[in-house]
Amino acid sequence: MTILEFSLLVWVGSVAAGFLGALTGLGGGVVLVPMLTLLLGVDIRYAIGASLVSVIATSSGAAAAYVKEGLSNIRIGMFLEVATTLGALAGATVAARISSGTISIVFGLVLIGSAYLSRRPRPKNERDVPPDPLATRLRLNGSFPDADGIRNYNVQHVPLGWTLMFGAGTLSGLLGIGSGAMKVLAMDQAMKIPFKVSTTTSNFMIGVTAAASAGVYLARGYIDPGLAMPVMLGVLTGSLLGTRVLVKADTKWLRRVFSLVIVVLGIEMLYRGLSGRI
Amino acid sequence: MASERGWNDRRMDVVISNLLRFGVLLSAFVVLFGAVLYLVGHDHSHTDYRVFRDEPLDLRSVGGILRRALALDGRGIIQLGLLLLIATPVARVAFSIFGFAEEHDRMYVVVASIVLLILAYSLIGSAWL
Repeated sequence: MTILEFSLLVWVGSVAAGFLGALTGLGGGVVLVPMLTLLLGVDIRYAIGASLVSVIATSSGAAAAYVKEGLSNIRIGMFLEVATTLGALAGATVAARISSGTISIVFGLVLIGSAYLSRRPRPKNERDVPPDPLATRLRLNGSFPDADGIRNYNVQHVPLGWTLMFGAGTLSGLLGIGSGAMKVLAMDQAMKIPFKVSTTTSNFMIGVTAAASAGVYLARGYIDPGLAMPVMLGVLTGSLLGTRVLVKADTKWLRRVFSLVIVVLGIEMLYRGLSGRI
Repeated sequence: MASERGWNDRRMDVVISNLLRFGVLLSAFVVLFGAVLYLVGHDHSHTDYRVFRDEPLDLRSVGGILRRALALDGRGIIQLGLLLLIATPVARVAFSIFGFAEEHDRMYVVVASIVLLILAYSLIGSAWL
């Protein structure tokens, strides 16, 4: 394959990954690394380097829209970014010290886990929780525009959320993914932040988290311009298209198919890692 | 007090939003420009990503990337675009420090500064020279 053919192939695949990732809300990163390693035979270290870069592009692009709507909470985001960036540094450092097989196994488990998380029902009725002293001191409680006006919310279980965020950052640095599913889990389930605020704030945090491990990746030579170029341009194109279509499309069946694909990819990554064929 | 803070937060949201959009667009254009030079120069050569080799040292550091980009090397320019992309969220955090200071929110000036320090440590500590 010539460089031109290879770049075009990777670009087309990345457009598809970015498109599906935006439509289903699962992000492009989770299918990108399996696609590059399983289908195109790319070394997993180059694949996670290229994926990490594309994660910064899509999250910054989407965050630009959400922040303007006043949905993201910049104080919650900033406070939890201390945890995710520290985690990302730890994860990227660990990634440089463990084998490709181990990375592949962890990746497989994370894929299966995020497919499971995406199948969970979303809370229909927003709960009302009392203010928590620590969250109040940290000024994390906020408000956001809802269908019937401005809604106020309180934040709970700050230490638990912070710890989960450190874990999400570690996975992001280890695997070159945004780990949005785990960030949303920490905010929505643990900290009781409204789902809309959780998802948009998670998106807002992903870019900063990924930037923390990008320095380590760059210095280790994981970011190859020839591979990262079609991946970044493709995922960005795909996710922009995806957010355009999102408003009209019925994504229920699509989410179902996509999470099935993710499980299959997860099992394959797990199998390759365990059998040492990666 | 509350309404004043809300107004300032909104203004900060808008500036951050524009900053992120600008950073992503700029880096995408630089990457695209580098891609054209790279593909025109190498259209018939072959590549192999199956085996991990260390990238050449000058594509792994900020100084080296700048030198390659200034020499109008396609791979160097792509890498410069990716650096701009990595710098976008960093710039967002740096701006937030300024924004929180404007709102006299000392606690969050400190929080944002810690995040910026961690990012600086990652980028400068591992990839500067």
